[in-house]
Amino acid sequence: MPEAAELFRAEHLTKHYGASRVVDDLTFALRAGECLGVIGPNGAGKTTTLRMCLGLAAPDSGTIDAFGRPLMAHLREAKQRIGVVAQFDSLDPDFTCRENLRVYGRYFGLPAQTIEARIPGLLDFASLQSKAEARPGELSGGMKRRLSLARALVNDPDLLLLDEPTTGLDPQARHLMWERLQALLQQGKAILLTTHFMDEAERLCDRLLVIDRGRKIAEGTPRGLIAEHLESDVVEVYGDGAIDVSERHAALADRVERSGETAFFYLRSPRALLEALAPRHDVRYLHRPANLEDLFLKLTGRQIRDES
Amino acid sequence: MHIPLYALPRPSRRSWPVVRRNLLVWRKLAVPSVLGNIAEPLITLVAFGYGLGSLLGTVAGMPYIQFLASGSIAVSAAMAATFEALYSAFSRMHVQKTWDSILNAPVALDDIVFAEMLWAAMKSMFSVLAIMVVIAALGISRAPTMLLALPVLVFVGVTFASVALVFNALAKGYDFFTYYFTLVMTPMTFLSGVYFPLDQMPSWLRAVAHGLPLTAAVEVVRPLIIGQWPPRWGMPLALLAAYAVGGYYVALVLTRRRFFR
Repeated sequence: MPEAAELFRAEHLTKHYGASRVVDDLTFALRAGECLGVIGPNGAGKTTTLRMCLGLAAPDSGTIDAFGRPLMAHLREAKQRIGVVAQFDSLDPDFTCRENLRVYGRYFGLPAQTIEARIPGLLDFASLQSKAEARPGELSGGMKRRLSLARALVNDPDLLLLDEPTTGLDPQARHLMWERLQALLQQGKAILLTTHFMDEAERLCDRLLVIDRGRKIAEGTPRGLIAEHLESDVVEVYGDGAIDVSERHAALADRVERSGETAFFYLRSPRALLEALAPRHDVRYLHRPANLEDLFLKLTGRQIRDES
Repeated sequence: MHIPLYALPRPSRRSWPVVRRNLLVWRKLAVPSVLGNIAEPLITLVAFGYGLGSLLGTVAGMPYIQFLASGSIAVSAAMAATFEALYSAFSRMHVQKTWDSILNAPVALDDIVFAEMLWAAMKSMFSVLAIMVVIAALGISRAPTMLLALPVLVFVGVTFASVALVFNALAKGYDFFTYYFTLVMTPMTFLSGVYFPLDQMPSWLRAVAHGLPLTAAVEVVRPLIIGQWPPRWGMPLALLAAYAVGGYYVALVLTRRRFFR
């Protein structure tokens, strides 16, 4: 299959707020039909990066090209082809779902007929047909997010920028959101999303950008990154004996980490450790393949980051 | 590459959908809003105009109710625009994050600020039209020159909206606006010849009064409401324009700074 056209490219982006460097030499590109996930701890620079992609913050250095042209010189034309779902819903509380879509469509300068023709399909896509005349205050969290997504699609964009699209949703609502996003990728739209959920990143993203303190610390496919940075297996050990196990059997693993009363063994051949654990009654354990969460914690550390 | 902080305003036609958005919200609440627009001046004019007016007789050569009505219509224009550009614009900008969602579309901050200014002036127009209906219905004045006062009063709305948007751009919360009303707007209404003629005041205070935009507004609007030709147009309108242009530019720069740092 020939490579799809490149829609978006950011090169060597750097941004300071005061003395602190929030984005540091960040480079990435996005092709049609591709989903690029940006993951990183709080304050890693994800939202600032998205703001720069929308021309809402100017990079101190670096360049952004959207649809083959410099973003800032052609900002309005570029935004005409971009849809945005922000981290927090900013729907108009005074308007019905239908009016929210209609009013937003006008911001793109779309003719009334075009907007009206698109609204039923958008409500349908968001599973909100029966809520067309309801106001956002009457909607559940998942419905609001889907309305935000539908609103971002009113201009039929080629590129979607999604800032933590499923934060705060229950599992049903998240799965429905994922299904919709996958459908959009199938249609050939490109998606740039930030997320804190590793299962979301693994499920949706073709490629991941791991950033910390504004810097790219890893990039690749979810599977490729795990294979590159991690041992294949993880054994998590809990219970009174967990600390004892972690000290006694550390040699059986490639790497051991402790977090509170839990020990994490990262290893390639788990058999010896599992045999050692089997007779012990003071621990419980879980053997599983290494996943993105392990990767994330390995690359960015286990310490808590303050909200910034 | 970005719009520089101090660039001249660059509003575009994309301001219009933002005005329409505000208009659509207003239409949902139009009935109570218009009733309020009519009831408030009706009560004030009847209570003060007839009540106080019967004690005062004529003021500045006209019945007090004419004096009051033709001055307070300018206050209403100023207040309506100020209220809209402070409380309502702030809730759209800061509380509801409506501006942020609009900025994600191909609409620039310059368009939004221009739209808010225009919309606040439209609110002045609605309010002024309601008062004109009251003035005509009560028979206070039915002069055709009232129609000429309308564009002047909308311009008063533009001026006060522009100045208020400066304080909107600086605000951290609604409390801030209380100061603006009690320290700026309320004293100004007493210093602008609305409720009593300026020549009642000491000369230094009169000099201050002549620098205020509301005094300028009253100077042009009052004669037009009661069916006379204003003695002078140039100076008062130039003063209003100066406040409008200066206020709007400062408001825009401060709003750009607030959003883009």
